[in-house]
Amino acid sequence: MAGIPSPIASVVVAAAAGDVNDGARVHKRRVGQGPLVRWSLIGLASLVGGGFLLLPVIVIFTHAFALGLGPYWAAVSESSTAHAIWLTVLTAIVVVPINTGFGIAAAWAITRFSFKGKKLLITLIEIPFSISPIVAGVAYLFLYGSQGLLGPLLTDIDTQIMFTVPAIFLVSLFVTSPFVARELIATMQVQGNEYEEAALSLGASGFKTFLLVTLPNMKWGLLYGAILCNARVMGEFGAVSVVSGSIRGETNTLPLQIELLFNDFSSVGAFAAATILTLLALVSLGAKLWLERQR
Amino acid sequence: MGSALIAAAVNAVIGLLLAWVLVSYEFPGRRVLDALVDLPFALPTAVAGISLTALLGPNGWIGQWFEAAGIKIAYAQPGIVIAMAFTSLPFVVRTVQPVLEDLDPEAEEAGVMLGANDWQIFARVIFPSILPAFIAGCALAFARSLGEFGAVIFIAGNLPMETEITALLAVIRLEEFEYPAAAALASVMLMAAFVMLFLTNAIQLWQLKYVKGE
Repeated sequence: MAGIPSPIASVVVAAAAGDVNDGARVHKRRVGQGPLVRWSLIGLASLVGGGFLLLPVIVIFTHAFALGLGPYWAAVSESSTAHAIWLTVLTAIVVVPINTGFGIAAAWAITRFSFKGKKLLITLIEIPFSISPIVAGVAYLFLYGSQGLLGPLLTDIDTQIMFTVPAIFLVSLFVTSPFVARELIATMQVQGNEYEEAALSLGASGFKTFLLVTLPNMKWGLLYGAILCNARVMGEFGAVSVVSGSIRGETNTLPLQIELLFNDFSSVGAFAAATILTLLALVSLGAKLWLERQR
Repeated sequence: MGSALIAAAVNAVIGLLLAWVLVSYEFPGRRVLDALVDLPFALPTAVAGISLTALLGPNGWIGQWFEAAGIKIAYAQPGIVIAMAFTSLPFVVRTVQPVLEDLDPEAEEAGVMLGANDWQIFARVIFPSILPAFIAGCALAFARSLGEFGAVIFIAGNLPMETEITALLAVIRLEEFEYPAAAALASVMLMAAFVMLFLTNAIQLWQLKYVKGE
């Protein structure tokens, strides 16, 4: 049987994904049930939730629509913003499937086989989460930049990676690689491999077993991980800002475009672009809640 | 660095409060509040950054009141702390919440039987049980705050030695093409990340032993 991943892995999964909570259970508590304590704590928590978490979202929409619908629409369809939206979507289209594939392969290897260096692999998968995106960006710059480790080689074959669109793909791949893998490792570990063994013993081929048994079993975890991965790809700022070069209308993703517009004092433009990412975040949250109920 | 510590401390208090309320009480809007906690993870940091800057800036909804009182929030340390706290809040809530949920009610009942008051039960029975998870959550929040860049860059406005944080400094050096300096800063951050990873790992192991009562 598969080994249990390091305890940090499981708790960090819970922490980052918030998937422990089924949202329905309320603990039967004896302490703090007096009406005064109870309602003052609930009030305080709601105040924090409203003022600290909800208010920023409201601010985005009020600023974006401050001058009405017309200017909002003009800001969103302005050519460099429109290009940034396209580039962000393109990055997601490239990165999410690759990381989903990687996630399936990694989770499969870790939960179904035992081999040397498995612990190392688990730690390796965690690394993009524990280091700052800025560090990731800088590392890629030092590897693929013109003065970097592979710089002379890339110059020889006349290729530039840094400050181009492929650089954005690369760092996005790095930063978001753990999402699907971690979700799937958690899901597949709980399920065990009895069903697969049954399928194999009944004469199904390996590929057929994977397609008809393993894949349907992990679909919720897979979808969940892909949603988290997608949200992060589209919103990634730190790592991308280091390697993209922020060329307007060329290598500017939506979060970078927001920064550019904000620094240009184009308030409506920046906040209009931000509404798109905010809507994406809200949709991701909704999808996540829905998935949690499905499981 | 100091800002990240303060942000982690703020999150420790708010996070514990939110986790407690979400687990212990049934009230209208509980699910909404529960979903809201995930918002900082879902919202891109650049979006959070401009939104908080607009909110807390001299003309912002909240900022103007502090401006009138002569307190600067955006483009000063309080703003950085708030931005860091915002982006790392879910860590504390989501590590404490499951432990609080799984806590055995019998221990609390025993406390009630023995005549302890609410505060005593919380301080002597409940808090010690959630302590390891609580510390782990705070450590994660601190690590995240330390490396936070997207949200902070907007609100910091980088005044040298005052509102410059490490991540921001690394990027500034890059833009000045001072690659060795940027590399040095990045490696410091990398080391810090590994130290934090090691620490949280150790805390988790301790927690496992702690829960088993060994």
